[in-house]
Parts: sequence; structure tokens; C-alpha cells
Amino acid sequence: MADEASPEASPMKLDPAIRDQILATVPSLRAFAISLSGNIDRADDLVQETLLRALAHIDSFQPGTNMPAWLFTILRNLFRSEYRKRRREVEDADGRYAETLKSHPEQTGRVEFEEFRTALAKLPADQREALILVGASGFSYDDAAAICGCAVGTIKSRVNRARTRLADLLAIDGVDDFGPDRATRAVLAGGGRG
Amino acid sequence: MGERGKDDEMKHRRTNLEPLEPRAETPERQNPMDRPTAPQKPEARLGREVQARIGQQLRAMYNDVVSQGVPDHLADLVRRLGDQDTE
Repeated sequence: MADEASPEASPMKLDPAIRDQILATVPSLRAFAISLSGNIDRADDLVQETLLRALAHIDSFQPGTNMPAWLFTILRNLFRSEYRKRRREVEDADGRYAETLKSHPEQTGRVEFEEFRTALAKLPADQREALILVGASGFSYDDAAAICGCAVGTIKSRVNRARTRLADLLAIDGVDDFGPDRATRAVLAGGGRG
Repeated sequence: MGERGKDDEMKHRRTNLEPLEPRAETPERQNPMDRPTAPQKPEARLGREVQARIGQQLRAMYNDVVSQGVPDHLADLVRRLGDQDTE
């Protein structure tokens, strides 16, 4: 057997506790990735890439610190560098949101749910990620700010603006239930399904 | 914090569009582009309901994925790489 790696370096086995922390974070990493990318295939690629990076750089993780925040930061940075390359595709995500997940038939009103997803896709990426980190992932404002590499006040501002914007988008439907907007969006939301 | 932002804030309070979190530190909102464009009439009444619904749907969407757990190929990846030395 050839010793291509330096033989002294004892094999760095991953601490099982760390491994379990990583595994425990995977479900919410996927949820975050899907919310960011609006595309389940890209989301799984993103998560896989995130895990590869994390494992390759596990030394830089300080045991006892926030594993989810660390992994989310990696994923978010990966997404951002991808996003710059594929901006147009992402902007086009509206119609794809409906296709993203097909496993929620029990939701209160499928159309409503898809409208929500469509509205979410219309938010600027900064606002969407802030809203998701705080409103769905359950990170503190401080953690969300660290993940996004910005000030806490900026995160608060983005979350507020995201909520206001979503409220605007969704309120239309509350006031004018059968208006053209609703019809249009129902068509958009159902687009891929026929 | 700009004085103009304050004015907007008051308007929002009156219209019940108050989000779940305090609005105090919102430096970016001073940009006039950020002012909500919707008229503050019948929609305003729905503000709180809509906010609650946003929270619910956001979590429902998210938890829907979370509840799918760890896909096998990702679990395998972590175990496999965790058992050998990382590159």
C-alpha cells in the first residue's frame, strides 16, 4: 500500500458527536436551501456541497459553538456565489416554486399555499433569506446577522421589509378574493401541473 | 435614525401593519423606495391576520421539508467521510 498521504497525520476521524450534530442539521439545511433556491435539485446539490466543505474544514469548527449557524453560513455563501452566476435563472423561480414541493396536500388551501410560495419568490434574496432564518429556522437576529455577514439592524430591517412586502402581496388576495390577480396567480401556481 | 422614518413608523402603527418584531431599528427603511406602496385602507385591517398567516405558512413550508429527515445519500456521505480522514 502506497503511503501517498503523510503517514504521521493520524487519520482524522470525525468525532461522532460532531457527526451527529451535522446530521441533525441536515433537514433544516435542506429546508433553507430549498427556500433560497426554489429548486429541489439545486437545493440538494447545495446541501451536498455544503457537507463536503464542512467535513473538509471541520478543523475550523469550534466544538461547543453553534453547528447549525456554521453550516448555514457555508451553505449561504455557496448559494451566493452560485447565485451571482445564475441570477437570471433564480429570478425566474416564480413558476418553479409550485413544483418545488409536491408533498403538502393537507395544507389549508393548496392554492393559498402556492400563492405564498410565489409571493416569497418575489422578495429580494436578502429579504427572503433574513425572513427564513429568523421566521422559520428559528435563529436569533444575532445568529442570522452572523450567517449573512451583516449588522443585526440590517437583518431586522430586512425581516420587517420582507413581512411588509409579503403582506402587500398576499393582502390583495384577501381583499379581492376573485379578482384577476388571484386567478392569474392560481394559473401560475398550477402552471406545471396541467 | 432619520426623522422621516419616524413618521412612516407612526402610520404603520395606526394601520395595524405592525410586524411581529419591534420596528425600532430599521436603518434601511429610510430609503423612500422602501415605503410601502399599498394604500392603507381595507388591506390595513388585514395586516395582522396576514402577518400571522405569513408566519404560519413560512413555518409550514419549511417544516414540510424538515420532516422529510435526512435523505439516505446525504446520511451516507456524512458517515463515509466521517469515518475516513477528511481530505
